[in-house]
Amino acid sequence: MKKPRFLELEGRSTGFFALLAILFAFIAAGAGAFLYMEHNGHIVTGMNNQIVWGMPHVFAVFLIVAASGALNVASISSVFNRKMYKPLAPLSAILAVSLLLGGLLILVLDLGRPERLIIAMTYYNPKSIFAWNILLYNGFFAIVLVYLWLMLERRFNKYSSIAGFFAFIWRLTLTTGTGSIFGFLVARSSFDSAILAPMFVIFSFAYGLAIFAVIVVAAYTWTGRTLGNAIVQRMRTLLGVFVGASLYFVLVFHLTNLYFTKEHGFEKFILAGDTSITKLFWIGQILIGGVIPLVLIYMKGFKARSALVVSSLLVIAGGIAQMFVTIIGGQAYPLPIFPGKIVQSSFYDGVINLYTPSLPEILLGLGGVAVAIFVVIFAMKNLRLIPESLADDEIDPHYTPATESAESAA
Amino acid sequence: MNTDNNIDKYRRQFLASATAVAGLAVAPGIILTQVAHSKPLDQPASSKNRWGLLIDVSKCATGCNACVKACYTENGISGVGSPTTDAQWIRKVKLTDKQTGHVQSLPFMCQHCETPPCVDVCPTGASMKRADGIVLVDKHICIGCRYCMMACPYKARSFVHEPIHDQIFPRGKGTVESCTLCVQRIDDPNGPRETACTEACNAEGHKAMWFGDLNDPESEISKRLKQYGGVQIRADLELNTGVRYQNLD
Repeated sequence: MKKPRFLELEGRSTGFFALLAILFAFIAAGAGAFLYMEHNGHIVTGMNNQIVWGMPHVFAVFLIVAASGALNVASISSVFNRKMYKPLAPLSAILAVSLLLGGLLILVLDLGRPERLIIAMTYYNPKSIFAWNILLYNGFFAIVLVYLWLMLERRFNKYSSIAGFFAFIWRLTLTTGTGSIFGFLVARSSFDSAILAPMFVIFSFAYGLAIFAVIVVAAYTWTGRTLGNAIVQRMRTLLGVFVGASLYFVLVFHLTNLYFTKEHGFEKFILAGDTSITKLFWIGQILIGGVIPLVLIYMKGFKARSALVVSSLLVIAGGIAQMFVTIIGGQAYPLPIFPGKIVQSSFYDGVINLYTPSLPEILLGLGGVAVAIFVVIFAMKNLRLIPESLADDEIDPHYTPATESAESAA
Repeated sequence: MNTDNNIDKYRRQFLASATAVAGLAVAPGIILTQVAHSKPLDQPASSKNRWGLLIDVSKCATGCNACVKACYTENGISGVGSPTTDAQWIRKVKLTDKQTGHVQSLPFMCQHCETPPCVDVCPTGASMKRADGIVLVDKHICIGCRYCMMACPYKARSFVHEPIHDQIFPRGKGTVESCTLCVQRIDDPNGPRETACTEACNAEGHKAMWFGDLNDPESEISKRLKQYGGVQIRADLELNTGVRYQNLD
């Protein structure tokens, strides 16, 4: 096992500039969407007084959850001392910071008064889980950036595992906080559950690793660098564990609700309703985001790299569907204000509320995604973040040619 | 003759002026007796009061919208004809019992909880409860995150979706708002006045709503609650609401 040699991206190819151009187009569209929404108010979006959090929140919460998950690879190397992941730890850290930045950008630009962001930093309600999250996000940036610096600065490498451990604890706390934004809502039967926090942590493992895997494979394939099968196969099986665990949490969440009579209406709406939420749950979250990736990961006969990339892309798509089902579905189902009564009013009490995302909302969300990807590419171009080669004999301490051939066949 | 007329004219003017001056001199005395019972504008709200509403559902007329109209006139709430996004500080709710088919109608608004979930979740403290129990939004520090709308068990809050012009009281695009219990009437320098909704309900002759101080055992609202009882909506959440309902089956 050789010491890996880290190199910046060359970044001179037409493909590289084409990718940047596409990202800039999305960022510009997102910025335009923000200005349009800010100027006219939220009346130009699909959001209303029933669905108060729409598509921007779907993208933002997905990215924030994925951000903490993207730090996994770094955690595995620093906290659990798995040497194979060590060369990829710096990229893992920068991806985590970038995804969080993209997510928070969407969240902030979707505020009714985004120009008052400074108020969110200076006026502080200590009982608000939202306010705790502001601290957790800022802390995450600080801790992960210090961790990254310790990893990149050779003189301080020895301290990086301590920073990595601290970052690991912080990321678990951060996702617990994100899940609790929903879990702490006493009023809504769809959210009011302690399981949401650990469920979001498990989701974050899957979403973060999926995004990380796509970035790694894309970076190595497009730059012609060597990416061995050992690391690909490792990520593939790890993703399988996370996807399986996510499905388990979803199962427990719904089984618990199905046992309680008062939640039957909500469960029927999600699991057997006639709205797009039900389709998104079964086809998006469960089939595309869960079952098909598991098949691709565990069934033999697929090429390791293709299986990893396709299953990761499906997990990302399923993750967006899951966020839509959780966030929009939870608001679409009416509040139980008068149990046992049929409720009618001019304010849409007692009815299932429909939501169609508007183009500006989607563009704002995609703009945030583009910012996250751009920051990662910018970092890879200017910092020595990824090893020149991830060939099996360079990263796997237990490498033998026999393993390689066995894994190639998988 | 002309001189006499002029003299009369001057006398009338003098008497009118004198009466006006006398009136101005006496008025503060009359107002003072009222002010003695009210809160000076520079004083904070007192926890000695707990302002609230009592609604007798049996007296609330189906189809009557007087309370809603009065609220919107008083507070300058006008939408843009978009029912899903227009603000609704108060609404009439029709309830039909799933088992018996029994129909009831009631006005519904912010329930002014003692421990409001909207105040708990607000990151900046813009959602706040005054010492006298009124739950309000400080429009100057609301960042428009809408977390309070997610947290409110009563769907009592609205988000201002478009620019607002000619508002009577502070309102603004991108902020959240809800029933203020007509705080401007409660803080009236001449003494607390009842809310616009209760006033309109009385004027219509239904007399289904009472406004008053829940902490004052001598107030009409407290006496009625003591005598006939009253329920809170979603009492299971134990939020100790300032709005109570009677004869809700």
